[in-house]
Amino acid sequence: MKKIALAFAAVAGLAATGAQAQNFPSRPITMIVPFAAGGPTDVVARIVTDHMSRTLGQQIVIENVAGAGGTTGITRAAQSQPDGYTIMMGHMGTHGAAPALYPNLKYDPTKDFAAIGMAAGTPIVIVAKKDFPANDLKGFLDYMKTNGEKVNMAHAGVGSVSHSTGILFNSIIKAKPTMVAYRGTGPALNDLMANTVDYMTDQIVNVAPQIQGGNIKAFAIATPERSPVLPNVPTTKEAGLGDYQVSAWNAVFAPKGTPPDVVKKLNEALVKSLDDENTKKRLLELGGVLPSAEEKTPEGLQKLVNSEVARWTPVLKAAGATAE
Amino acid sequence: MGDLFSNLGLGFSVAFSVQNILSAFIGCLVGTLIGVLPGVGPIATIAMLLPITFSLDPTGALIMLAGIYYGAQYGGSTTAILVNIPGEATSVVTALDGHQMARQGRAGIALGVAAIGSFFAGTVATLVIAALGKPLTGLALLFGPTEYFALMVMGLVFAVVLARGSILKAIAMILLGVLLSTVGLDLETGEERMTFGLAFLSDGIDFAVLAMGVFGIAEIMRNLDHTEHRDVVRQAIGRLLPNKDDFKQAYKPAIRGTLIGAVLGILPGNGAVLGPFASYTLEKKLAKDPRRFGRGAIEGVAGPESANNAGAQTSFIPLLTLGIPPNAVMALMVGAMTIHGIIPGPQVMTKNPDLFWGMIASMWIGNLMLLVINLPLVGLWVRLLKVPYRLLFPAILMFCCIGIYSINSLPTDVMFIALFGFVGYMLIKFGFEPAPMLLGFVLGKLMEENLRRALILSRGSLETFIERPVSAGLLAVAAILLIIALLPSIRKGRDEVFTE
Repeated sequence: MKKIALAFAAVAGLAATGAQAQNFPSRPITMIVPFAAGGPTDVVARIVTDHMSRTLGQQIVIENVAGAGGTTGITRAAQSQPDGYTIMMGHMGTHGAAPALYPNLKYDPTKDFAAIGMAAGTPIVIVAKKDFPANDLKGFLDYMKTNGEKVNMAHAGVGSVSHSTGILFNSIIKAKPTMVAYRGTGPALNDLMANTVDYMTDQIVNVAPQIQGGNIKAFAIATPERSPVLPNVPTTKEAGLGDYQVSAWNAVFAPKGTPPDVVKKLNEALVKSLDDENTKKRLLELGGVLPSAEEKTPEGLQKLVNSEVARWTPVLKAAGATAE
Repeated sequence: MGDLFSNLGLGFSVAFSVQNILSAFIGCLVGTLIGVLPGVGPIATIAMLLPITFSLDPTGALIMLAGIYYGAQYGGSTTAILVNIPGEATSVVTALDGHQMARQGRAGIALGVAAIGSFFAGTVATLVIAALGKPLTGLALLFGPTEYFALMVMGLVFAVVLARGSILKAIAMILLGVLLSTVGLDLETGEERMTFGLAFLSDGIDFAVLAMGVFGIAEIMRNLDHTEHRDVVRQAIGRLLPNKDDFKQAYKPAIRGTLIGAVLGILPGNGAVLGPFASYTLEKKLAKDPRRFGRGAIEGVAGPESANNAGAQTSFIPLLTLGIPPNAVMALMVGAMTIHGIIPGPQVMTKNPDLFWGMIASMWIGNLMLLVINLPLVGLWVRLLKVPYRLLFPAILMFCCIGIYSINSLPTDVMFIALFGFVGYMLIKFGFEPAPMLLGFVLGKLMEENLRRALILSRGSLETFIERPVSAGLLAVAAILLIIALLPSIRKGRDEVFTE
């Protein structure tokens, strides 16, 4: 069905290239999600666009184009017609870490997009296996100082959120654990629960049920405030590591050159969706963090992208992390 | 035990509501119809149909999605039997004997046995999940990288036994499959391997692309090159449903297949994929006349199809009890649950007992629906084979292209099925079997990654594979199987197994 809808949309697009922006949107909009259906970014995209579609009066069709840490989908979206009918859900990896990870990246997150607005962030939690010999972040850091060599850190593959945020964490605490790569968060968590690997950092939505179920330990959450989903987990600041502040943010972008009034319409629909009680509730249930008033503006998002690229590039380059 | 009945009672009271029965029915029907399209396997089907469940309550939505999953899985077997295009790894085995049966005019029997075997396996698996779901969870955690590597080694030995022709050629094909699986980004280092700088290769080769090429497209080319052969398919249609004799031949393989599939399905990291291969190997070994295998043996359909369905269902165990998805389809189910506001995890069972037990009960209902939907459809599918091939093949070809494009939206995938189709055709002409290559491809990646993971964790010591009892046991079984296969003197009649 979706494909058929897309085909029609494409045909209609050829006919309506010169259409006026005030009629926007006159046909379904495609949102490219650069990850597989069912992942955290996809879930955020589907929740947010559900309400946006109603505001715009046109269906936003999600197209999952996964691959190369999300850069395949974003590359395709960046090169599509800048008419507002193709938008994308970018995230911390594709619009922050990617320039460092992919030297041959075909887009520049700071220049090639028209920012629309932030959708939701999912905070990063530092978790360890149940049998880990420390019970809080301080104990963990002490343990790492003396036993750093023996420790194994799991991550969900080069270029994944857990990989980038893990490298940042290790560079701040000056630890050099042995890195063990998994194909996705599921298998990594499985081995963490089985006490095969020692610790990892990952998005709250992935790890919260296991923390609540007592299958793994949580040391700290890397946001300024505690999460209502995990009220007993201290923030990194409370635990004495305030430098580690990181969230896997998801934000809506359009290709560069999209008309400003189209961007404005999309932004208004996004903001309205985020103000909706039901949307809010669903995002908060995931452990998501709603964006601030500034982050919801295109300018605020662009500022964040610039600062994120500047932040990730030196950290990842220093760690020698590359995906090419 | 009392608990089990009261829980199942709760489950059936949820699942038997009109809305949920309707959800299960629609899910199974839509899943079957879309799954029948070549190349569109369960993952693509669920991803496409995810939005239609948004308006339902979470229980209804999950019941429908689970229905879509079984339906698509079953639909994939239909395509494997009728046109020799396995939609996913688990139906590769079904294609081997199922399609041969179709060529002999026994398509109806193959489809019927597949449906009934699946229903039986589904019923048993539902009971297994309800009764043993919680205790079996531990099994998933018992399997670390070391154990997984050992299991994959055992799987590759199955591939050797699977082969019909020369054993040397089979091993060559397995290794080719393993080699193809290493294309793409290296998981540990992020380096590109064998991509020739081509961006679309950096995520490796998709299984569906390879399978559709070497099976489906190659089959079309083969049918077109000698015209007299293709008529076999539409010549005699024969009985539509299996009779008493067929059942007699099929019931034991179905029971064995169910057990194998149910156990392997619980393992993390897609253990279910081994089920049909293991079942086929076992049936071939147990058969009085193994030469019939690959030439339309009914056991070669009944066993693997039961294993396939049992595994498909028990792979819900890690998802429902732990919240850990063991494969890509289950990862998609996690997403579907989160969209509906239920975060999968160990708490689902206690926090949402309606959903948990309702879903388990609906599995059985879903399997019943599949039987009800599919037995009448058998006649329709079989009649499809009567369509003259000159009309049928362009349609199959077109559906292949659309199907493969719909998975990743990549034009290069469409080009690739043409390339692999040509490769597959050459392989058949030179007497190489594509099935061991596909098994090598599926297992190769898992095997390599787990080997490296195990060695990283043991800091390079190979002893880890022997020190850990589960891994040592699996490796021992693999060694014994291999010795039996390689030494002709040990087993009388081994020549009949491996040469035509």
